[in-house]
Amino acid sequence: MATPLLTRRAAIGAAAGTIVATAAHAAEPTTLLNVSYDPTRELYRDFNRAFIKAWKAKTGETIVVNQSHNGSGASARAVLDGLPADVVTLALAADIDALAKRGLLAADWQTRLPDNASPYTSTIVFLVRKGNPKQIHDWPDLLKPGVEVITPNPKTSGGARWNFLAALAWARRQPGATDASVEAYIRALFHQVPVLDTGARGATTSFAQRDLGDVLLAWENEAFLVRKEFGETDFETVLPSVSVLAEPPVAVVDSVVDKRGTRKVAEAYLQYLYTPEGQEIAARNFYRPRDPAIAAKYAKVFPTITLATIKDFGGWDKAQTAYFADGGLFDRIYVPGK
Amino acid sequence: MTRLRRGALIALTLVMMTLLLLPLGVIFTQAFARGWGAVLEALTDPEAVDAIRLTLMVAAVSVPLNAICGTAAAWCIGRFQFPGRALLMTLIELPFSVSPVISGLVWVLLFGANGWFGPWLDHHGIRVIFALPGLILATVFVTFPFVARSLIPLMREQGAGEEEAALTLGANGWQTFLRVTLPNIRWALLYGVLLCNARAMGEFGAVAVVSGHIRGQTLTMPLYVEALFNDYDWVGAFSVAALLSLLALVTLGLRFALERRMGSSRRDIV
Repeated sequence: MATPLLTRRAAIGAAAGTIVATAAHAAEPTTLLNVSYDPTRELYRDFNRAFIKAWKAKTGETIVVNQSHNGSGASARAVLDGLPADVVTLALAADIDALAKRGLLAADWQTRLPDNASPYTSTIVFLVRKGNPKQIHDWPDLLKPGVEVITPNPKTSGGARWNFLAALAWARRQPGATDASVEAYIRALFHQVPVLDTGARGATTSFAQRDLGDVLLAWENEAFLVRKEFGETDFETVLPSVSVLAEPPVAVVDSVVDKRGTRKVAEAYLQYLYTPEGQEIAARNFYRPRDPAIAAKYAKVFPTITLATIKDFGGWDKAQTAYFADGGLFDRIYVPGK
Repeated sequence: MTRLRRGALIALTLVMMTLLLLPLGVIFTQAFARGWGAVLEALTDPEAVDAIRLTLMVAAVSVPLNAICGTAAAWCIGRFQFPGRALLMTLIELPFSVSPVISGLVWVLLFGANGWFGPWLDHHGIRVIFALPGLILATVFVTFPFVARSLIPLMREQGAGEEEAALTLGANGWQTFLRVTLPNIRWALLYGVLLCNARAMGEFGAVAVVSGHIRGQTLTMPLYVEALFNDYDWVGAFSVAALLSLLALVTLGLRFALERRMGSSRRDIV
């Protein structure tokens, strides 16, 4: 992989003087660009290595897979502005829908791959400090006096929107729940939030590195990763009684692959996520696999919880308007600085 | 009263020094938290090498470009009186008064897929945004004022006398520039280039907007530091940050030397 990079660098260097470098150099290997969201770096680093090997074994062709990571919304924005992503692997379907609305890919993208085009899933869990000093076990415990909850801003973060929906899902399942009781719970919950970071990674760093707050609402994969990176002894994961099935979707960007002639390899790349090898890699990186056999193998890692799905909220279009758009539920209940 | 005031000033200076030195100390202690080996490993990681190479490449194109354009602009403004001169001076300083994020965003609005020239560029297969040309454009824009700014006061002070003398004695324009103008401005020019280079390598905001964050391809060193930090790779992030800080320290040292040199040469003129 070092050699082709070197040649490309040399080629770009030669073109640099003229300010304008053309995109394609004939002698280069096929490249794929996967534009993704923040927490998937470890996952796709492993997965790309495996896919490159599998593709070489199958076709004899050596390819290069490049990665771009940012907040899910920011990544989608960059693709809209012309970042030539062959595939997008984002945090939520709404961000890929935004690309479809601008005609970058077909509107039915989510039916082109199995499982709503989400090869792996995750959920929202609580990360608390060692020994769970504030005794946080489920959603109502978050409202205890003196408990500070860390969650990013749902306006900018995909993970935060899943957090919000998970809280809603619990509140709506309480006996005798009404719209007013649900809104009251959410309002009280965000009253416990001292600061809203813009992204999931920022919120995690606030909690884990800057020691802010008592509980972090986090992606399950992110919670595992924190315990791996910061040491198992400092944090504990708490599974709430109800959470949400987070489905990070993947899609081939039609307008890019048709122009670059990379459709075949891009489609194979995403399909490989669904193979036992791909599923195994996802599970090893703390994403819940879809494949029943692999899921069974990792059953101990991923305990079963009651999960609401985005369909319970009427799909992303509806959820977006009702909760996160200007004037939505979040705007009504959140008062900055308490 | 004066003693009180002096005490207060000294205390204030000490606080400022601490505020300046403390972050620097943090960067280096964090980088070396796991010893030399870890720092070396972080700096020789292929992605780190790519980031360093890209940063050098961006600087290698934008700094000479700005040195040439900046000298030309300073020469126009410093030597001639013409209508619109004040306006031109203000324009040169524009990048300083604009937020770097805007400096990046304008290029996206011009050359992005939905920008003015986006469809045309796309049709011809030319990539500007999210590629090297975009990074260079953003950097050139942000660092443009440095050279011109350090030359204009000096060239104005020197006046055109020596150049006119050279021309009268039969030197052509090019000879005059190389033998008279350039030697007179060389230290100030070097000073401007130095500042320009430091900013070109350290720029974050403008390049962040046009980068596209493709690992190993469009991440310059400052962007790479952020990426590593977000990957929980503290040692890696602070190692690259330490390298950038070293660059700043070297710049500071050279700047100090140059300022002394310029001070003495200016006295020679007087």
